[in-house]
Amino acid sequence: MALSIEDIKKVAHLARIEINETDAQATLNKLSGILALIEQMQAVDTSGIVPMSHAQDLSQRLRDDVVSKTNLRDEFQKNAPILGNGSQELAVAGGLYLVPKVIE
Amino acid sequence: MANSELTNGSLKAYAQLLQSKQISSLELTQAFLQRIKQYNPSINAYIALDEDKTLAQARAADARIAAGSAAPLTGIPIAQKDIFCAKGWPTTCGSKMLANFVAPYDAHVISQFDAAGAVNLGKTNMDEFAMGSSNETSYFGGVKNPWSFDRVPGGSSGGSAAAVAARLCAAATGTDTGGSIRQPASLCGFTGLKPTYGVVSRFGMIAFASSLDQAGPMAKSAEDCALMMNVMAGFDERDSTSLDRAKEDYCRDLNKPLAGLKIGLPKEFFAEGLSAEVGQVIENAIAEYKKLGAEIVNISLPNTGLSIPVYYVLAPAEASSNLSRYDGVRYGHRAAEYTDLMDMYCKSRAEGFGAEVKRRILIGTYVLSAGYYDAYYLKAQQIRRLIAQDFVEAFKQCDVIMGPAAPSTAFKAGEKVDDPVAMYLQDIYTISTNLAGLPGMSVPAGFASSQDGPALPVGLQIIGNYFDEARMLNVAHQYQQVTDWHTLAPNLPEGKA
Repeated sequence: MALSIEDIKKVAHLARIEINETDAQATLNKLSGILALIEQMQAVDTSGIVPMSHAQDLSQRLRDDVVSKTNLRDEFQKNAPILGNGSQELAVAGGLYLVPKVIE
Repeated sequence: MANSELTNGSLKAYAQLLQSKQISSLELTQAFLQRIKQYNPSINAYIALDEDKTLAQARAADARIAAGSAAPLTGIPIAQKDIFCAKGWPTTCGSKMLANFVAPYDAHVISQFDAAGAVNLGKTNMDEFAMGSSNETSYFGGVKNPWSFDRVPGGSSGGSAAAVAARLCAAATGTDTGGSIRQPASLCGFTGLKPTYGVVSRFGMIAFASSLDQAGPMAKSAEDCALMMNVMAGFDERDSTSLDRAKEDYCRDLNKPLAGLKIGLPKEFFAEGLSAEVGQVIENAIAEYKKLGAEIVNISLPNTGLSIPVYYVLAPAEASSNLSRYDGVRYGHRAAEYTDLMDMYCKSRAEGFGAEVKRRILIGTYVLSAGYYDAYYLKAQQIRRLIAQDFVEAFKQCDVIMGPAAPSTAFKAGEKVDDPVAMYLQDIYTISTNLAGLPGMSVPAGFASSQDGPALPVGLQIIGNYFDEARMLNVAHQYQQVTDWHTLAPNLPEGKA
């Protein structure tokens, strides 16, 4: 199936990746080649074949619902990104992460 | 002992030298660090080095040896692919997205090497998020193939590959989602093993395509790979796909004779697309196996050609979900300027990911999007089963399957970088084993001449049945007893003195 520039923009939005006109065109060309490769699958009759979702035929292992990890919050927060918009501080405050306001 | 000799030993030889106290881990580690200083500026195999941490581990190993409690790899310096979280080490996965990320905990593989007393020499370069076959998608630049500096080392484990080939480590770790251990092992001329899916824990290993990713050893010989597997393999409850199996000794069958071994040669692995020179090297290797008493069986893996289209649906689909975690909120790159939350996500991801990673995220998002799921994702999963069934049928007729690991020798840097489909075809012989979950390895089998450069290494691929790693290592080891391809190392151009 042929892709359009609009498809690329829509998929980029779904993937939360900003894309400008020039990059959208270049991406369209590359992705069209890859999709043509993928299209080879359509020649295969797969009716009645059970999809294989995983390399091992296993059921999910369960464990008791007990605390199994130590709290590494302080360690993890050392990797917080720089806040941005003029601030060079880490995007953390009071053990939480800072993001733009989402509720008015 | 001269430095170049000291950095060219087998793991077994190192263990003997260390445990008989003829050398210390500190001396051995310093010899490798010296060599890294000399050659890494040109090769770019390592992207993170921390001499203090490395030497502290070497001293601790010497203390352990002195106390008489050494394990086989105690004191031996190992390079770690930068896909493994190692506490206190930068862990970037070759991406700008994680350029400032310092791992807060150890991957299972890292803690296994720590427990064995091995020394971490540093983190090795790789294609960004393991997406590539030439190491050229790394944010930290390409890696030189030690056999010819104008060529790529293969990928995605290109840094580990160059480090093993250039003797910048005793051995290294890699990961293989579609060929990322075996193709670079072929292009750089050393031994690499991708185990059965689920044998090595993925805990702390940055995810690309979770149903395919598997870690394994990259080393100078099959015996070295067996010793590495003894450390890396084993059940880990922190990885929900880790297999709860009894611990194995991967060295146990190394010395078994090969008389009566049935080797399957799939006709699809010797068809159009394979370089004639590479095909000749593989034929010579098969002839060697006949001399060792093996029988040849002609087999067919009819769906081999479909493995690439199937892979380029499934791997990007899984990657698009796995990489959705990189949103600039809690770690990783965040854009410097943004207006609202959506803008922050979109800008951070546009800036943090490179072109190939974005392409794969977009493909994955597309094939999973409303209206296309059945035509692409479901269809690919159905054909995945056909590919796996091909192997089930094949292993009714033979013990191992052999063929080339890659269709050509190392290609020139820049040659395929603008043509993703040509790059993807590098993995035509390796991808099907990932889809089936089978183990595969690449073993040095000789050199093929190229029209415009030196003769370059060729890898023989050995594919085994599920959990048959010990037999594959036996099959490779016996070949390495009668050939010397695996002992050859490149002559490096003068590095920094």
